[in-house]
Amino acid sequence: SNVFMYYGLSNFYQNHRRYVKSRDDSQLNGDNSSLLNPSKECEPYRTNEDKPIAPCGAIANSMFNDTLELYRIDNDTRTPITLIKKGIAWWTDKNVKFRNPTGDGNNLTALFQGTTKPVNWPKPVYMLDSEPDNNGFINEDFIVWMRTAALPTFRKLYRLIERKNNFQPTLQAGKYSLDIAYNYPVHSFDGRKRMILSTISWMGGKNPFLGIAYITVGSICFFLGVVLLFIHHKYGNRNTSADIPN
Amino acid sequence: MERCAARRAPEEERRVRANAREYNEKFQYASNCIKTSKYNIVTFLPVNLFEQFQEVANTYFLFLLILQLIPQISSLSWFTTIVPLVLVLTITAVKDATDDYFRHKSDNQVNNRQSQVLIGGVLRQEQWMNVRVGDIIKLENNQFVAQADLLLLSSSEPHGLCYIETAELDGETNMKVRQAIPVTAELGDTSQLARFDGEVICEPPNNKLDKFGGTLYWKENKYALSNQNMLLRGCVLRNTEWCFGLVIFAGPDTKLMQNSGRTKFKRTSIDRLMNTLVLWIFGFLVCMGVILAIGNAIWEHEVGVCFQIYLPWDEGVHSAFFSGFLSFWSYIIILNTVVPISLYVSVEVIRLGHSYFINWDKKMYCAKRRTPAEARTTTLNEELGQVEYIFSDKTGTLTQNIMVFSKCSVNGHSYGERQMPEPGDVQDVLGHKAELGERPEPVDFSFNPLADPRFQFWDPSLLEAVKLGDLHVHEFFRLLSLCHTVMSEEKSEGELLYKAQSPDEGALVTAARNFGFVFRSRTPKTITVHELGQAITYQLLAILDFNNIRKRMSVIVRSPEGKIRLYCKGADTILLERLHPINQDLSSITTDHLNEYAGEGLRTLVLAYKDLEESYYKDWSERLHRAGSAPEAREDHLARLYDEVEHDMMLLGATAIEDKLQQGVPETIAILTLANIKIWVLTGDKQETAVNIGYSCKMLTDDMTEVFVVTGHTVLEVREELRKAREKMMDASRSVCNGFSYQEKLSSKLTSVLEAIAGEYALVINGHSLAHALEADMEVEFLETACACKAVICCRVTPLQKAQVVELVKKYKKAVTLAIGDGANDVSMIKTAHIGVGISGQEGIQAVLASDYSFSQFKFLQRLLLVHGRWSYLRMCKFLCYFFYKNFAFTMVHFWFGFFCGFSAQCTTSTSSHCTTSSTRRCLCSLWVSLTRLLLPRAKGRCPCPQDVPEQRSMEYPKLYEPGQLNLLFNKREFFICIAQGIYTSILMFFIPYGVFADATRDDGAQLADYQSFAVTVATSLVIVVSVQIGLDTGFWTAINHFFIWGSLAAYFAILFTMHSDGLFRMFPNQFRFVGNAQNTLAQPTVWLTIALTAVVCIVPVVAFRFLKLDLKPELSDTVRYTQLVRKKQKTQHRCMRHAGRAGSRRSGYAFSHQEGFGELIMSGKNMRLSSLALSSFAPRPSTSWIDTLRKKKGCEGSSAGSPSGAADKTLRV
Repeated sequence: SNVFMYYGLSNFYQNHRRYVKSRDDSQLNGDNSSLLNPSKECEPYRTNEDKPIAPCGAIANSMFNDTLELYRIDNDTRTPITLIKKGIAWWTDKNVKFRNPTGDGNNLTALFQGTTKPVNWPKPVYMLDSEPDNNGFINEDFIVWMRTAALPTFRKLYRLIERKNNFQPTLQAGKYSLDIAYNYPVHSFDGRKRMILSTISWMGGKNPFLGIAYITVGSICFFLGVVLLFIHHKYGNRNTSADIPN
Repeated sequence: MERCAARRAPEEERRVRANAREYNEKFQYASNCIKTSKYNIVTFLPVNLFEQFQEVANTYFLFLLILQLIPQISSLSWFTTIVPLVLVLTITAVKDATDDYFRHKSDNQVNNRQSQVLIGGVLRQEQWMNVRVGDIIKLENNQFVAQADLLLLSSSEPHGLCYIETAELDGETNMKVRQAIPVTAELGDTSQLARFDGEVICEPPNNKLDKFGGTLYWKENKYALSNQNMLLRGCVLRNTEWCFGLVIFAGPDTKLMQNSGRTKFKRTSIDRLMNTLVLWIFGFLVCMGVILAIGNAIWEHEVGVCFQIYLPWDEGVHSAFFSGFLSFWSYIIILNTVVPISLYVSVEVIRLGHSYFINWDKKMYCAKRRTPAEARTTTLNEELGQVEYIFSDKTGTLTQNIMVFSKCSVNGHSYGERQMPEPGDVQDVLGHKAELGERPEPVDFSFNPLADPRFQFWDPSLLEAVKLGDLHVHEFFRLLSLCHTVMSEEKSEGELLYKAQSPDEGALVTAARNFGFVFRSRTPKTITVHELGQAITYQLLAILDFNNIRKRMSVIVRSPEGKIRLYCKGADTILLERLHPINQDLSSITTDHLNEYAGEGLRTLVLAYKDLEESYYKDWSERLHRAGSAPEAREDHLARLYDEVEHDMMLLGATAIEDKLQQGVPETIAILTLANIKIWVLTGDKQETAVNIGYSCKMLTDDMTEVFVVTGHTVLEVREELRKAREKMMDASRSVCNGFSYQEKLSSKLTSVLEAIAGEYALVINGHSLAHALEADMEVEFLETACACKAVICCRVTPLQKAQVVELVKKYKKAVTLAIGDGANDVSMIKTAHIGVGISGQEGIQAVLASDYSFSQFKFLQRLLLVHGRWSYLRMCKFLCYFFYKNFAFTMVHFWFGFFCGFSAQCTTSTSSHCTTSSTRRCLCSLWVSLTRLLLPRAKGRCPCPQDVPEQRSMEYPKLYEPGQLNLLFNKREFFICIAQGIYTSILMFFIPYGVFADATRDDGAQLADYQSFAVTVATSLVIVVSVQIGLDTGFWTAINHFFIWGSLAAYFAILFTMHSDGLFRMFPNQFRFVGNAQNTLAQPTVWLTIALTAVVCIVPVVAFRFLKLDLKPELSDTVRYTQLVRKKQKTQHRCMRHAGRAGSRRSGYAFSHQEGFGELIMSGKNMRLSSLALSSFAPRPSTSWIDTLRKKKGCEGSSAGSPSGAADKTLRV
């Protein structure tokens, strides 16, 4: 089946209160007034040089912007693996929650007129991707980032590797190399970056915790059941009303 | 209660001038106007808000609200606090407003009641509130002297006499006589009264019901005034057409109100415990806040500083320390749910609901009086399940105050046997079903036109004996019709009205009347009786009056044939000794009958007669006359003469009068005793009466090892008597378990030793002794003695003493007390006890007004306590446990999350119900949560079966009541168990999803561990776990339980999906940013597997623990429930206690509620109308001193009742 490629960050507090609230969903939903006048929650990434930031807030500002590329090394030839960047976000996020501003025409540059890029970003939001349905606020990398993680160590889906034919594994055994364009500093806060490749079952990715927990709890319950049954047989001879004192 | 008049300095003496309002006004005496309302339209809002913010809970909310308005701190939107706050404030305000409206209404009603006041020489209908001190008001027969304490000026009766009943005031049932002082007694009409301008100088208002001292100055003369001239508020005018009185004390100054004690705000022990716990939890909250704040400071210092490239500090925050300080407040806000402020609201709602249960209980509705039970206070319900001591009034509460002639023994033949209808069947639904049953027809008295239609007798053989002309029976009834002090009144031909000064005598004379010996009329020297239709006039030669020592009364009459005969009736102990020896056989048979009667709790009297020789009588009456006019030792001489003539009498028979108990009293007392509730009877009535009632309602039984009677007059005597009682009990118990040494038990171990007394004892204590026993240095001794006894009866106690006794038990026993009574004399104890119950549906409403619960029959008490009280307590405890458990489970999740989100006060995870990032949702959710909180526990068994065991079982197994008394179901230990369970749940609730989510991905490859999914998972598993938990707590599943539990789950999901829907997001993108979350998350198998795992891990230990407890240490209720399941179809045997007649060895003395002095009153003719006097051919014997005698005797009777009179004791100890 398909192989999923993740980037993982650790010691990154995407669940910090001030971080979580620092966004303007109205702006991200394409509301034109919020676009030019973002919510106060976005402070201090609300405006830059008197221009409203789009997308505003600390979450957007800290978007992961390393680029990962995977190559298969076959007899010293590097074959790039096709990484699909669409279909990694929730359908509802992509279609409901995130929308580009509306206006005359589809020219994102024009639509984002009057705003400025987030401080840390190298390029503005309307230049995230070349494809128009993956650009601006509806860029899927952006959407995935904006779905903040619950825990300080997390992974986020980066790319899909589609299976080409049914007779070969998606990624054949062999040597691969990973090229990373390092843009995203994590050293200052002692962060770590990871790249994870995983396949998926009906239960999601590999997750031993649940299995172990089920086996443990199951055995405990069984054991407890036996013990209780024993106790019940030995002591549980509750008699009828004879026991009731009057 | 506030009164119109402002508080004044204490009065030294009171001056009142009749018919002079201006003069009296300058003293500013309290007026009759009462004001209990608190607000008017203008002041309502500010005053009410001010009052409400004095409540800690509301202030706390306000404080949180203010905190949330600070953006750096605000971790939740201010919505979350303001909505519940406004809700609570509004509901309370509406409730207060309605309460006050009704108070206004009842004030108006009371103030506008009409009374007849003499103003400017004319009688005017005047409103109560306008009655002033110094006014003269007119009262009519059977009217309550309700407004004020009056000085009797004149009445319709001769000599300004006036009869009153004081049952409301002191519980005594006999009629009392009051007389106006002679000068005012002549002021018969309004014009004379209008000119009356006497001035009264008297004592200031006090609470002594039996004392009054003052002087009337009128026309240059001084007249002493005593209690004999006073009509106190709360008495009822009887047998007196009308009377006029001068208002001396009004409103709050009246003796009744002075006695009623202060109204205290009652709280339940659970309330107090709750307050303590809330304080503790608050401390815990601050601790958590501090821990997290320190964590925050460290984190910001170590990690946050470095993380600033992505997340800079807020403006104004320059140091980690300050950040920690801010996060402390943020966490206070977030974790505030752990201090359960909504608890108070929920508790109130549950109590309110339960009060309606009580109000709507059909089994506590008395059809006869058309009065349902009423919970007048809604805040005390659960305490009903913890009662340990019941203090009961006697008259009107235990008894109906109706005397019924029920049996008699004539010449060795007992009449009156019948199949007793089971009085007050427990299953009796409408209160009178039992009376219908298989009852034989009452005897038909239609042959006798003068019969009293209300009289009922069940044994036709007695009437047959009368008709057959049985001489003994004739003589028996003749005696009853002659030997008494009843006055008759014949309004029209054949319509006789007896004015009996005690209901016993009334019953006897009425019995004679119905059997054809009708007492028709009397003059000072004659008695006219219709004997089987034939009018016969007897000459009344002498009345040998009743007194407490003689315990008998006699009359000497001369029949038309000229024979002189003495008729005597009296206490068996006295009379049987005075019989002629030839009566021995008869006397032993009669004694058997008497034992039998006494065994049934009837009051008995023995009747005897004696023929007197003409010569002997002449000689005797000569001596009597001399003795009567002797200047000194008159009493002694008379007593000796009486003694002499009442000798060698012939026994006629015995009567048995039933002091009718209220329905089901013995059964109720028996069941309550089984439930380990101790019952004390506090009555103003005489010792004999009280003891008799004690026997008839099975409080005292002959199985008791001993009944101690304390009647000491001095401190030393009382102390000695108490000490003796204790020693006896101790000796007995020592012989059972010869462990303790004598010294030991007098030491501090007194309590424990006395608690373990073997054998059953009872204590009867008199008002005088009680006064000493209640003194500071003896009260503990008294209490220990009393508590070691199974039954305690206090007689001749004043209203205030009643309250003192209750207070004493409250103070030292730390037990929940309940006082039940019906009259104004019970008001003080009703107010003092933890729970006051008023018997409603009778004349007076004072007790009901002061009470917390009211119903019309004593027997409903068992239902109130054993069923409603028990359920209330149970439910409240379960609710509190569950509530604390749930709050901790929900809130502690935030705490754990704090360690993983940089202590940033990011409100966790349990988003959907408690806090979310979206404010609107949050408040809606908190609304939902509070709603479920309100409804769930209520649902825990609403209407039909809200119980662990059904109501019949609660009554059948009174022991089920015990956990409440011992306070087992909710105490600090239980609380900590709940908290521990809550914390345990919260740990699992957080760390299991944490473990799962750390590495998990969705089945479409996307990340699972995003904040929103995590939140939904945790919240859903929380909701499911607490729902399962409440399911486990539910003992009894009904449709309503199902509805609420499933309903709340359904509501949760409905709200969740609505909140996460597209539509709401489109409208408010910033508020509903969880869009699409629910369906995306809950579609994941992993999530459900996590939820299932969490639920199982949280619940399994609980289930296992309960299983073990059920197997190894089942509680009684479990056993009962189990038994019921097993033997659903088998009928459990009814324990029968109603035929537990006692072997019977104790007999009652002479008509107890009798008072001496009336004989002389009759002989003097003073209380007879001129018209009837004119008929008399005899000149009234000059006796100016009769009223003095009456007073004097009354005075010493009070004390003689208290003396350790051997006779009284003997009767008790036999």
